[in-house]
Amino acid sequence: MRDALSKGTIYLLLSLGGILMLLPFAWMISTSLKPANQVMVMPPVWIPHPIQWSNYAEAMRVAPLGRYFINSVIVTVLSTAGELITTILAAYAFSRLQFYGRDILFSILLGTMMVPGEVLLIPNFVTLTKLGWIDRYEALIVPWLASVFAIFLLRQHFLSIPKELSYAAKVDGCSDGRFLWEIMVPLAKPAIVTIVLLKAIGSWNAFLWPLIVTNSKEMRTLPVGLTAFRTDVGTIYELLMAASTLVILPMIILFLILERYIVEGVSRAGIKG
Amino acid sequence: MMQEKSLATTLKALLYLAPALIILVVFNIYPIITSFLMSLYTDYDYYHDIVYRYGFDNFLFLLQDEDFHLALRNTFIFVLGVVPASITLSLFIALLLNTNIKLRGFFRTIYFIPFVTSVVAISIVWRWIFHTEYGLLNYFLSWFGVSPIKWLTDPKWAMPSLIILAIWKGLGYNIVIFLAGLQNIPEHYYLAARIDRASRWQRFWNITWPLLSPTTFFVSIISVIGSFKVFDEIYALFDGRPGPVRSALTVVYYIFEKFYREQEYAVASAAAYVLFLIVFILTLLQLYIGKKRVHY
Repeated sequence: MRDALSKGTIYLLLSLGGILMLLPFAWMISTSLKPANQVMVMPPVWIPHPIQWSNYAEAMRVAPLGRYFINSVIVTVLSTAGELITTILAAYAFSRLQFYGRDILFSILLGTMMVPGEVLLIPNFVTLTKLGWIDRYEALIVPWLASVFAIFLLRQHFLSIPKELSYAAKVDGCSDGRFLWEIMVPLAKPAIVTIVLLKAIGSWNAFLWPLIVTNSKEMRTLPVGLTAFRTDVGTIYELLMAASTLVILPMIILFLILERYIVEGVSRAGIKG
Repeated sequence: MMQEKSLATTLKALLYLAPALIILVVFNIYPIITSFLMSLYTDYDYYHDIVYRYGFDNFLFLLQDEDFHLALRNTFIFVLGVVPASITLSLFIALLLNTNIKLRGFFRTIYFIPFVTSVVAISIVWRWIFHTEYGLLNYFLSWFGVSPIKWLTDPKWAMPSLIILAIWKGLGYNIVIFLAGLQNIPEHYYLAARIDRASRWQRFWNITWPLLSPTTFFVSIISVIGSFKVFDEIYALFDGRPGPVRSALTVVYYIFEKFYREQEYAVASAAAYVLFLIVFILTLLQLYIGKKRVHY
C-alpha cells in the first residue's frame, strides 16, 4: 500500500524535473517562431500567434548560417570518419598483434588522457601557424583525427572477441586485413557506434578550438558563428532563438534516433572508470 | 599459434599504428612537452622562436597575479556550487528512475537531452531565460513575490547563474552513470532487507549507499574535473566577457585571455600547467581511493 502511494509521488517528481529539463527548449522554439511584438512582453506568450516561420529565413539572411552549417557538417563528418579509421587500426594492433614496446606505448598513450586539452591549446596553435593551416579546414579537422579514449574503448571490445575466431580465420586463409574489416569490425559494432556518436556530438558542439583557429566568417563552425551572430543582432531574441534551434535540433534528433547507443556508451565508459 | 613478437611483427604493427600515432605524437604528446617548456620561458623572442632564458618567473607571476587568484577562487566556488548539488540531485533522480516504474526510458531520455546539445547554443537560450525584464526565470519568481534579479549583469548573481546552467546541463550524464551503478547492485540484498523489515531509508543507507560508493566516487571526480575546465558557458552567457566586473573569470578563461587576447603564451602555458596539476592530483586520488577504500 505504501509503495502504491509513493508511486504517484515518484511520477510527480519525475515529471516536474522533466518539465524543468524541457522548458528551455520549449521556450527557445516558441520564441523562435514569434512575431517581434510578442517577444519582449510580460507575461510571456507561449504559443506565437501567428506562427512566424520567416524568422528562420531572416536569421539565415542576417548571418551566413547556411555556410556555418555546412562547415560544421564537413568538420564533423571528416573528423569522425578519420578518427574511426585510425582507431580501428590502432585498436587492432593493440589487441591482436605482438610487438616490441606494446605495453609501454599503450601506457604512455593512456597517460596522456590525464592531460587537460587546455595544455595542448597553445603549442597546437603554434604548430598550425607554422604549417600555415590557421583558418583552414585542416586546422579544424587534422588535430582531432585520433583519440586515445576511442582507441582504449575499442581495444577493450576487441579483446573480448575470442581469439579462436582469428585462428579459425587464418586456417581458412583469411588475411589479417580482411579479418579485421569483415569480422572484428562488425562484431564490435556497439562500441564503434558509441565512438562515432560521442565523437560526432563532441565535434559538432566544439567551441574553444574552432574559435581560436578560425578568423574569417567563411570558416566558422555553427557554435562559433552563433556567438558572432549574438554580437551582431544584439537582443533580437526571436532570431537568436531561431539560430540556436538550428544548432541544437540536429543533435537532439540524432540522439533520439540512436539514444540506446549513446546512453549505453556513457554508462559503459562510466563503469570502467 | 599467436605469432611471437619479432622485428617483422613489430613493423607490421607499426603500419597499423602509424596513422593514429602520427596524429597523437604531433598534436598530443609533443604539445605536452612544448607547453611545459613554454611555461618556463622567461626571456624569449616569440617571432624568431629564440629563448634566451628559462626559469620559474611565469609561475611566480601567477603566484602574485590578482587575476589568477580571482580565477582560482571563482573556479573553486563554481566547483563547490555545481558538484554537490548536481550529485545529490542526479542520485535522487536516478533512485526514482530505478524503481519499478513505466516510462523509465522516456524520463531518462528527457533528462539526458541537455547533455547532447551545444553548450554555446543552450547558453544563449539561458541568456534569454535569465533576461532581467522579460526572462522566464524572473517571471516564475514573480509568482512568489520575488522582485526581478539581474542574473547576468549583477556581479553577485553572475556565478549563481552559471552554476544553475551547469547543473541543469550536466544532470543527465550523472543520472545515466548512477543508473548503471544502481543496476549493478544485486537484487537479493534488497529482498533480504525486506524480509528483515528494513525501512526504505535503512535500505538506502545500509545497501544502496555503500554499494554505490564506487560510482558516486567516479561521478564526483569526473564532475570536479569537468567543472574545473568550464569555459564555453561563460563565453556564451556573458557575451565574450568573463561576467560583469570579471565575476565569472575562471582558470580556463584566464588561460584563454592570456593566450588569445594578450598573446602571453608563456604565462598562459604556466596557468595551463597549474590546471594540469590540479586535474592530475584529482586523477591520482581517484585511482588511489578507487582501488583502496571504495566497495564495501
